[in-house]
Amino acid sequence: MGLPLMINNDDNNNNKVELSRVAVSDTHGEDSPYFAGWKAYDENPYDESHNPSGVIQMGLAENQVSFDLLESYLEKKNPEGSLWESKGSCGFRENALFQDYHGLKTFRQAMASFMEKIRGGKARFDPDRIVLTAGATAANELLTFILANPNDALLVPTPYYPGFDRDLRWRTGVRIVPIHCDSSNHFQITPEALETAYETARDANIRVRGVLITNPSNPLGATVQKKALEDLLDFCVRKNIHLVSDEIYSGSVFHASEFTSVAEIVENIDDVSVKERVHIVYSLSKDLGLPGFRVGTIYSYNDNVVRTARRMSSFTLVSSQTQHMLASMLSDEEFTEKYIRINRERLRRRYETIVEGLKKEGIECLKGNAGLFCWMNLGFLLNTNTKEGELELWDVILKELKLNISPGSSCHCSEFGWFRVCFANMSEKTLKIALKRIHEFMDRRRKVLNC
Amino acid sequence: MRLIVPLQGVVQGRGGLFVGSLIPCCLFYFLQLYLKRRRSPPPPDSDSTELPRTSSRSSLFTRGNSIGRVRVSSRAAPLAKPPDSPYYIGLDRVKTDPYHRVTNRDGIIQLGLAESTLCFDLLQRWMSENLMESLMMQSDVDGGFDVSSIAMYQPFEGLLEVRVAFADFMSRIMGGNVSFDPSNMVITAGGTPAVEVLAFCLADHGNAFLIPSPYYPGFDRDIKFRTGVELIPVHCRSSDNFTVTVSALEQALSQARKRGSKVSGILFSNPSNPVGNILSRETLHAILSFAQEKNIHVISDEIFAGSVYGDKEFVSMAEVAASGDFDKSRVHIIYGLSKDLSLPGFRTGVIYSFHEDVVSAAKKLMRFCSMPVPVQRILISLLSDTRFIEEYMAAHRQRIRDKHFLFVEGLKQLGIPCAESGGGLYCWVDMSSLLTSYSEKGELELFEKLLSVAKINATPGTACYCIEPGWFRCCFTALADEDIPVIMERIKLLAESSTS
Repeated sequence: MGLPLMINNDDNNNNKVELSRVAVSDTHGEDSPYFAGWKAYDENPYDESHNPSGVIQMGLAENQVSFDLLESYLEKKNPEGSLWESKGSCGFRENALFQDYHGLKTFRQAMASFMEKIRGGKARFDPDRIVLTAGATAANELLTFILANPNDALLVPTPYYPGFDRDLRWRTGVRIVPIHCDSSNHFQITPEALETAYETARDANIRVRGVLITNPSNPLGATVQKKALEDLLDFCVRKNIHLVSDEIYSGSVFHASEFTSVAEIVENIDDVSVKERVHIVYSLSKDLGLPGFRVGTIYSYNDNVVRTARRMSSFTLVSSQTQHMLASMLSDEEFTEKYIRINRERLRRRYETIVEGLKKEGIECLKGNAGLFCWMNLGFLLNTNTKEGELELWDVILKELKLNISPGSSCHCSEFGWFRVCFANMSEKTLKIALKRIHEFMDRRRKVLNC
Repeated sequence: MRLIVPLQGVVQGRGGLFVGSLIPCCLFYFLQLYLKRRRSPPPPDSDSTELPRTSSRSSLFTRGNSIGRVRVSSRAAPLAKPPDSPYYIGLDRVKTDPYHRVTNRDGIIQLGLAESTLCFDLLQRWMSENLMESLMMQSDVDGGFDVSSIAMYQPFEGLLEVRVAFADFMSRIMGGNVSFDPSNMVITAGGTPAVEVLAFCLADHGNAFLIPSPYYPGFDRDIKFRTGVELIPVHCRSSDNFTVTVSALEQALSQARKRGSKVSGILFSNPSNPVGNILSRETLHAILSFAQEKNIHVISDEIFAGSVYGDKEFVSMAEVAASGDFDKSRVHIIYGLSKDLSLPGFRTGVIYSFHEDVVSAAKKLMRFCSMPVPVQRILISLLSDTRFIEEYMAAHRQRIRDKHFLFVEGLKQLGIPCAESGGGLYCWVDMSSLLTSYSEKGELELFEKLLSVAKINATPGTACYCIEPGWFRCCFTALADEDIPVIMERIKLLAESSTS
């Protein structure tokens, strides 16, 4: 997996200058179906008025359902644009010059308070443990550089976000060893699966440095159970490895009570040697719908990791302008409380719309409770229960239904026929059109089967 | 000991000094033994009485037999240590006691950070007039905000409009005889990631870049940290005004090869940092010919291209590469707005490469360090405001020139010469006359004296790998005119106290 593609670097006949292995490797993964569908979308994008038969993008986990809340906040609090500008000449100067990798204190405080709100106050966050990065992608890569050496491994439960193959491995040289999960228990992580993954790595002489999970899970759209988290931490303590919890969708859980952050588990632990192996990744790209702002954070209970990550964040700083813009918004209690509540509610309704719509067609989804997508089971439609069978079906859905969805194989799912379908990056009307296309497809199929 | 003294008194009365001291000692010894036994850690099982309150599971978070502290990777370990380069030490010291014209006149004056505040008034005015509009937040329909134009995912390498704006801007400030193709350009969150991404693309772990020295100390961190690429200094001398020669490059390369080091390219700054000289067209041509002959890359860091104040014209390596019969694909340029436009906080960097595979790889790597969309919108507006940019760049150059003159004159009065320079936000000062010994040790002593006695942070040449002792980089573009006599007075006092 991920062997570098060797371009003819040794051919000095035409005197072409050499590039690095990183540059020529295909670990960026952009040749996989996950990204191929995007190309199809780029070439023929759906537009309500101008291109109603175009490809509907259901492969991008972007949250557009709550833009109006952001806009009305900005209008109310910011009539003259003062929110975006620094107060007075002194403020602008600070903004323009500020490049301290500690980050603006007010912004870190705002992030800490926002993260606490999302967890219903069940965990506290110390602003001095927050390290800012230009997006969660950068945060995950940075943590990997810090926690593991080249050829070491991180254990990651399957199915997982396809971007991890690139983010965790490309420049770092670190490997991913999968923790296989399956539908028999709703793809939850089991202690047995953890042990098996660890043994697999050990047998291959690969040193495991940590476990990285996404909670709520991408692509499952479901929270990790509290017991599973406790088992996981226990496992990490026994093996003396790290635990990274990417909680980028924590604010997108439909019912707040159903989410347990690893921060809650760790909250009442005094033993530093247990706590200091835990690290949380967060970002404003999903919950707040601001991926364009490039705001990510690493929250670590390990002083050494905080210090190191901070210094390494020079390679991926959050612009001072962004920090300034968002600090007041994120610390506005009234706004954040309202936003989080309404956002959750709207995502829940979207989820129900799509799941019910699919159910009518005889299509089941995994019971989900979070995120911007659902995990749909089309196993019964496969010609062969193989990866090829799945990709064949995916191709049909892309070409015939003009829907770009993500095949489970690109998420390393051990079962075939599962697909991740995003529903929050479009209007309700577009979602209904997508469901209509699915309905028509299933209708045609039923007619064919009945002949 | 209180236990022993009264006993001693009791015993001494009967058995003499020997017994009087032996018995208390024995008692003391046994007391220690008793206390030690009581203090010994309980066996591991008893830890279970201190389970976290969140769970009643007895096996939760068992420590096992020899679970120690969890470790970080070996490549992270050096980062956790405090910095040992005088460059960073000086910067940190200023933070403990920063000079302020009004509130802290005895504080440490910062001359170690190459940033300019000379034209903030112009930038401030532009921002107050144009910021909202540039963010394109106003929706035409109902006058309300439209946040989607800045909130959504955009290509990580930068919007086409921002690349077009940068291409145009760079062309203007680099003399107007070179044009940049926006499709060869990738926008990053700062010059730091720009340099690192290029290093990742051009060299493998363990390979090396040749770099004319003295060089910017930050490169050690930016290039070496995560890529594992080495930097091999190519020493330049004051007799050449610290300009690199082909023979020095030749020598450095063959020495590297003898050591078994694979050299992937040459990295240099133009205008140079810390010296501030502008490389001539001939020198650039010679460097490129050398690189062509050895089949290696050339990275030209041109981040100070717009901060030229001398008489020499600045020529971009891109211009030299486009002329003549060179294989352009080995040429890569780094740029950014931290220096020329005084916006380090915004995080603005550019990688420009003539090699399409490098551009392609760099684009994909931008997901780790891309420029936020709102900042891109601001810059599109700012950089395309050609009238403002012309006014700004003219003022920027003039004010640097004026400040440079004052600063260098001030030093001249003290008998302290500077290297000839025509660009950058600093000057390269020869303080060898103040050294107690003409050596690295002497220079570091002077650095410390400057910091603690004169209360001035200037970057010593050692931090920049300069082989001639006594040179210091002094950044002057964040100073007010009134600060300069204060600095000169302090240096004068230091010089006088050294000689007395």
